Amino acid sequence: MNAVLAGFRGFAGYLGGVLGADAYKKYLEHHEASGHTDPPLTEREFWREKTDRQDTNPQGRCC
Amino acid sequence: MGTMPDGTQGDSTHGSMRGASTHGTAQLDDGVVPDPSLPPTSVDESVRDAADRTWTPAKIALWAAIALLGGVAWFMLAIVRGETVNAIWFVFASVCTYLIGYRFYSKVIERYLTKPNDRRATPAEYKADGKDYVRTDRNVLFGHHFAAIAGAGPLVGPVIAAQMGYLPGTIWIIIGVVLAGAVQDYLVLFFSMRRGGRSLGQMAREELGVIGGTAALVATLLIMVIIVAILALVVVNALGESPWGVFSVGMTIPIALFMGVYLRFIRPGKVMEVSLIGFVLLMAAIIGGGAVAGTEWGAAFFHLDKVTIAWGLIVYGFIAAILPVWLLLAPRDYLSTFMKIGVIVMLALAIIVVRPEITVPAFSEFAGRDNGPVFSGALFPFLFVTIACGALSGFHALIASGTTPKLIEKERQTRLIGYGGMLMESFVAIMALVAAISIDRGIYFAMNAPVALTGGTVETAAAWVNSLGLSGVNITAGDLAQTAKDVGEQSIVSRSGGAPTLAVGLAHIMQQFIGGTAMMAFWYHFAIMFEALFILTAVDAGTRVARFMLQDSIGNFVPKFKEHSWRPGAWLCTAIMVAAWGAVLLMGVTDPLGGINTLFPLFGIANQLLAAIALSVCLAIAAKRTAPKYLWIVAAPLAFAAVVTITASFYKIFSPVPAVGYFANNAAFTKALADGKTSFGTAKTQAAMEAVVRNTMIQGWLSIVFVVLSIIVIITAVMATIKALRNTAAGLPNAENEDPAQASRVFAPAGFVPTAAERDLAAAWNQLPTGERLEKSGHH
Repeated sequence: MNAVLAGFRGFAGYLGGVLGADAYKKYLEHHEASGHTDPPLTEREFWREKTDRQDTNPQGRCC
Repeated sequence: MGTMPDGTQGDSTHGSMRGASTHGTAQLDDGVVPDPSLPPTSVDESVRDAADRTWTPAKIALWAAIALLGGVAWFMLAIVRGETVNAIWFVFASVCTYLIGYRFYSKVIERYLTKPNDRRATPAEYKADGKDYVRTDRNVLFGHHFAAIAGAGPLVGPVIAAQMGYLPGTIWIIIGVVLAGAVQDYLVLFFSMRRGGRSLGQMAREELGVIGGTAALVATLLIMVIIVAILALVVVNALGESPWGVFSVGMTIPIALFMGVYLRFIRPGKVMEVSLIGFVLLMAAIIGGGAVAGTEWGAAFFHLDKVTIAWGLIVYGFIAAILPVWLLLAPRDYLSTFMKIGVIVMLALAIIVVRPEITVPAFSEFAGRDNGPVFSGALFPFLFVTIACGALSGFHALIASGTTPKLIEKERQTRLIGYGGMLMESFVAIMALVAAISIDRGIYFAMNAPVALTGGTVETAAAWVNSLGLSGVNITAGDLAQTAKDVGEQSIVSRSGGAPTLAVGLAHIMQQFIGGTAMMAFWYHFAIMFEALFILTAVDAGTRVARFMLQDSIGNFVPKFKEHSWRPGAWLCTAIMVAAWGAVLLMGVTDPLGGINTLFPLFGIANQLLAAIALSVCLAIAAKRTAPKYLWIVAAPLAFAAVVTITASFYKIFSPVPAVGYFANNAAFTKALADGKTSFGTAKTQAAMEAVVRNTMIQGWLSIVFVVLSIIVIITAVMATIKALRNTAAGLPNAENEDPAQASRVFAPAGFVPTAAERDLAAAWNQLPTGERLEKSGHH
C-alpha cells in the first residue's frame, strides 16, 4: 500500500513539476543559495509578480 | 574566441586545433576552469566512449530484438496485404524506429555536430534568477517541453492525410521525425541554449545578417497569423451546429476565470489543487453539455452557425490577448497541460488494450490522384505539408528557442529533451492516425468532404460516398444517422477539419476500453473539448507573441511602440494581429469550397517554411562547428523541407488545376462572373463566387510572399554557410555568437536512466556537504 501511495505521490509531484507548481519552492532555493540577505518574496507576491511578468513576456504554445 | 571545425574552443589568436578528443576530461582544453574543490561536472569522455562502444551480449540481444520487432511491424504495415491490419503494429513500428533513431542517429548528431560539454554551465546555471532561468530536472523538463510543443496539430494533420491511405502518412510521420523534425528541435534547442536562450529571430539576425534576419522575422510573423487562423478554423468547424460542443467549450472560459481568481486571491500558488478543481469542473461541463443540448432552449440557444462562432472567436481572441495573463491565459494553460498529459496516456493505453483492426488500405484510391475531397493536391508534395506537426514542425523552433533552453540543467540533456520530446509528439501523431483510420472509411469521407460534395444530408452524403467507388465502402444514410446519434450530435456530415473525425475515432476506441456505446457521446465531446482547449490556448498565446513581435518591429520606426506597457500601442498591435488572423478565419469559414480543403495546405506550407527557416539558421551555425561532411545532418532535412514547401507553393501559385492552384481558381471564377453566371462549381450564389475570387487572390499572394521570404532566408543561410566553410578552409576563425564558456558547478545525468558512470559521479556529488553544492533542483 505504501508503494502505491509513494507511486501516486511521485506521479503527482511529477505532474506538478510539469505544470510549474513548484516554482515558488525553486525561487526560495535560489534565493537562499545565491546568498541574498533581503527577505524573499512571500508566496502571494511571488505568483503575482510571475504572472504579471508574463504579460510583457509571453510564452508561445505550439499547435 | 572562435570555434574550430572539430568543435574545440581554439582561441582566435592562434586558431590552433589542439586536439581535445583523445584526452581525459581533466585536461580538456575547452576554456573552462572547473572548481577544484568540486567533483567532476561531467563524466570522463573516455569512460563514456568506452561504455558506448562496449557491446555486451545482453545489449546486443536487446537492440537486435528491438530491430527485429520494428522490422516485423514495418513488414506487417507495408508489405503484407491482408483484409485488415492490427493497430498494434503501428505502435511497434513507431516505437522501435524511435528507439533506434534516438539511440543511434541522435548520438551521431551529438558526437559530430552539437558536441555538448557538461563542463560548461548552462544558462539556467550562469544566469540563474530563480524565475526564468531555473535548473529543472530533466524528466520534468521533458514533460514541460512536450506539453509546450504538442497541441492540436499532430491530432489534426494525420487525420486529414488519411485520405491517401495509412501508409504514406505513417512513413512520413515516423521517418520524417527521426531524420528531420527531431533534428530541428534538438539543434535549435542546443544552439539557443549556447546563446543564453536567444530566440530564433535573434539567432537569424546574428547568423544571417540584416536581410536574412528581417526576412525570417517577417515570415515568422505572417506564418503565425496563418497558423492561428487555421487552428481557429478547426475549432469553428468542430463547434458549428453543435450545441453540446459550444456549451462545454464555452464553459472553459468561466472555469478558467474562476481558476485565475482562485490562484490570484484565494490560494496563490496551489497550482495542482486548482488544476484538479478545474478538471472536475471541465468534466461537469462536458456531462452538463449533454443535458443542456438535450433541452429545447439549450439546443436553440447554443446552436450556432459557423460564421457566428468565428466572430465569437475573433472577439474572444482580442479580449483574451489584452486581459492580464493571470486571469485567463495562465489558468487555461494549466488546464490544457493537465489534459494533454492525461489524454495522451489514456489514448496510448486504449490503443494498446483495444488493438483495433484497421480496414483502411495502405494506399487509397486517392493516393495517385490530385483531386481528393479532403485535401486537394497530389501525394508529393501535399501529403508532406498536410502532416506538419508530428513529422517536422517549424513552430517548435519558437518553443525550443524560448522557455526550454533557459531551464536546461546540463548540456547533454538537450538530446533527451529536444530530440526525445519531438519523438513523443510524433507518437501522438501516430495514435491520432490510428484513431482516425479505425472508423469506417465511408464515414471518414462523409465527415471530411465539404458540403458542396456531400450535400449536407445523410442521404446525399451516403449516395455521394458510395458513388466514389471505394473498395469495401458501402454506407447507408442510416449508418451516418446512427453514428451522429451515438456521439450525441445532430449530424456528422461534412464536419471537416480533422477534429470531429478524431473525436469519433477516439470515442470508438475508448468506448471499447471504458463505458461501452452509452459512453460514446461523452468520449466524443471529451475529445472535442481537449482539442478546443489546446487550440484556444495556442490562439491566445500566438496572438500575444505575434503582438509583441509586431510591437518590436514597429518600434524600430516609432520607438514608443517598444514600450510593452504602453496601452494604446499594445491594443493597436493586438487588434492588427487579431484582424489579420480573423480575416483568414472568416475567409475559411465562408469559403464555398470548404475552408479546410483549400486552407489546410497553406497551414502546412507555412509551418514547414518556418522549419526551413529554422534549419537554415542551424545550417549556418553548424558550418562553423563541424566538418563539411557532417553538414548533411542539417542539409538533408533542409533540402527536403525546402523542396517540399517550395514545390507545394509553386503548385498553389502556378497550377492550372483550379482545385490546386489559387490563381487558376481565381481565373475560373472571374471568368464565370464575367460570363454572367449566377452559380459556378461549388459556389451557389454570385456573392459566393465573388468571395472565391477575393479569397483565392489573397491566398495566392500570401503563398507568394511566404515562399519569397523563405527563399531569401535559405539563400542567405547558404551564403553564410559557404563563408564559414571558406574561413575554416583558410584557417581563419569564424565569428562566434555563443555566450562565453563558464565552468559548471553541478552535475546531473543526461538521459532518463543514468548510466553506471553517471551514477558513480552522482554518488560523489551526494557526498559533498550541502553547503558546498548548489541546491539540487527536483528530486527525481
